Amino acid sequence: MLFLAEAIVALLILIGAFFLLVGSIGLAKLPDLMRRLHGPSKASTLGIGAMLIASMVYFTAVHGDLSIHEILITFFLFITAPVTAQMIAKAHFLAERRAGRLALPPTGTPAGWATFDPCQADASAEEDRREAEARTDTA
Amino acid sequence: MIAAACLVAVVATCAALVLTLYRLAVGPDTVDRILALDTLVINAIALIVVAGVWYGTAMYFEAALLFAMVGFLTTVALCKFLLRGNVIE
Repeated sequence: MLFLAEAIVALLILIGAFFLLVGSIGLAKLPDLMRRLHGPSKASTLGIGAMLIASMVYFTAVHGDLSIHEILITFFLFITAPVTAQMIAKAHFLAERRAGRLALPPTGTPAGWATFDPCQADASAEEDRREAEARTDTA
Repeated sequence: MIAAACLVAVVATCAALVLTLYRLAVGPDTVDRILALDTLVINAIALIVVAGVWYGTAMYFEAALLFAMVGFLTTVALCKFLLRGNVIE
């Protein structure tokens, strides 16, 4: 029984370490920020999640005292990971203003992307339209 | 067996930390560096949890929890600063 618990703990720790390494390789290797965002999200959910489950199993089965406070960290990370990713993506789009805007697919409506301020989105849509008109005029 | 797994995990996590530091140093943009800092904190939490299992003490749990909270706050504050030029308006 103890052997089984230790095997489960070891396996979960190795799974967690694997996903952390994969996440960081993705962060170091992928070409641009929107693709780099994917790697660390796997690390923070699967990697940390597996390690915290391993910690829970270890202290409960091997040491014999019930240990569930690791759920706090899991819960906190699972709540904050999407918020972090959204903030980073938003900062990225607003930082590289015009190039980032042109890389986005069209919304199909008169309004621009909601990530940009409404007035800025309108102004940018106007700017893009004028530029498209200029392009058709010269063509 | 657990000690061996912990050793492998520490080595893998340190490799992950090095890769993240590479992105932190190279990262062409400020936003890349913020993402690298966030990942650095995630890896540090994993290292602390593994250390807790390895040494068999629950003392490290609080450190991991604090790291998770402070890491989140740091990332949001840095993003907010980039977005608005101000953290608390």
